[in-house]
Amino acid sequence: MSSMNFLMDVGLSHLGGAIGAGLAAIGSGIGIGQIGKGALESIARQPEAANEIRANMILTAAFVEGVALFAVIVGILAVLK
Amino acid sequence: MALRSIKFKVLVLFTFLSMLSITATYAENLPEQAGKTIEKEAGAKESAFDPAKLIMEHILDAHEFHFFTIGETEIAIPLPIIIYSKERGLAVFSFGNFHHGHEVYNGYKSEEGKIVAVDATGKIEESIKLYDFSLTRNVVQMLIAALLLMFVMIGVANKYKKNGVNVAPSGFQNAVEPVIALIRDDVGKTNLGKDYERYMPYLLTVFFFILINNLIGLIPGTANVTGNIAFTIVLGIISFLVNLFSTNKHFWKHIFWPPVPHFVKPIMVPVEFLGIFTKPFALIVRLFANMVAGHIVITCFIMLIFIFGGLSKTAGWGFAPISLAFTIFIYFIEILVAFIQAFIFTNLTAVFIGQSREGAHDEDHH
Repeated sequence: MSSMNFLMDVGLSHLGGAIGAGLAAIGSGIGIGQIGKGALESIARQPEAANEIRANMILTAAFVEGVALFAVIVGILAVLK
Repeated sequence: MALRSIKFKVLVLFTFLSMLSITATYAENLPEQAGKTIEKEAGAKESAFDPAKLIMEHILDAHEFHFFTIGETEIAIPLPIIIYSKERGLAVFSFGNFHHGHEVYNGYKSEEGKIVAVDATGKIEESIKLYDFSLTRNVVQMLIAALLLMFVMIGVANKYKKNGVNVAPSGFQNAVEPVIALIRDDVGKTNLGKDYERYMPYLLTVFFFILINNLIGLIPGTANVTGNIAFTIVLGIISFLVNLFSTNKHFWKHIFWPPVPHFVKPIMVPVEFLGIFTKPFALIVRLFANMVAGHIVITCFIMLIFIFGGLSKTAGWGFAPISLAFTIFIYFIEILVAFIQAFIFTNLTAVFIGQSREGAHDEDHH
């Protein structure tokens, strides 16, 4: 019985880690998509500012992706421990 | 010109020595294997393909540069182990003496890459505390990257010193100059204002060091330096210290007595104080997670071939071109991520330093 509980706990932690990483992917996908949308609309409005807009877009996308990767690391920890 | 010939000689010497040590390892493994294969075949002939273990081997640090394994022989460059313990003193020897975890050498044994002290019977001695100063593959690769960076950059700087700024750039200067101009203008001047030149050495160093370590880590067979949390922790701490030593009165005033209504202050002050530490923490984890995730994805795509091959040989062979196409695609993305992560680390360090050095705003005194 205790071994089945242990296997169930291990299975649950793997499931939790995988679902967490998937949710992080959804979150960062939505976030970076909106950053891209805003950047493309701004470039369409004012093509001369394209370089500055591109630099700010990459910077903000890195912030959002950093947060998503925090969640991925937590998922990896949930699977490994 | 003299510098270039020294670089060339060092490169030739390094290549020759590495070839020598690879052949030495190969020759060393051959006679032993004849006796050991019989026991091994009886034991672990049907060892299943374990992708998790192989991925971990690619990501983590190791005491040798392992390139590939042909049958039972491993093509690898063993690295020196330097251990110190109070009871046994200093011990320096090569990792090749362990023969990949099968033998005890001089009272030490390698348990899955970690060196432990064993007594005469082979049992692990728990009481001896070992201080491991070994030259692992991360250390060696980091030193090689640092030396390469110094050679390249000092060469470029000497060219500028010799020719002055009014001569058109030539050779590698052409590649480096726009990057340095980007860091100076977009990162330094916009964030740091008037005396950005004080911080340019640090910002340029951290950018190129992270970049060169990222790029070398993408070559198959090399170590994963920037995907090591210890490396990024040290870089984050150094950025944090540079930031801390550039703060001024207004920064601390904003943290401990922010210009907000009084009932908001008990919430703002702890959050702002924690914010001092979350910013370098984010720098650390962002670089680490991006690099580790990239290496895991590349390794996983290659592992997929073998996982499919475990089902049936034709599935493995058939899937190989698809997997290779994905891997090449991800490789290009990883090269882009290498540049972007180095740029983001530098840019955010500059942004944080700029925030620390801000003067008083007009809306503070009302």
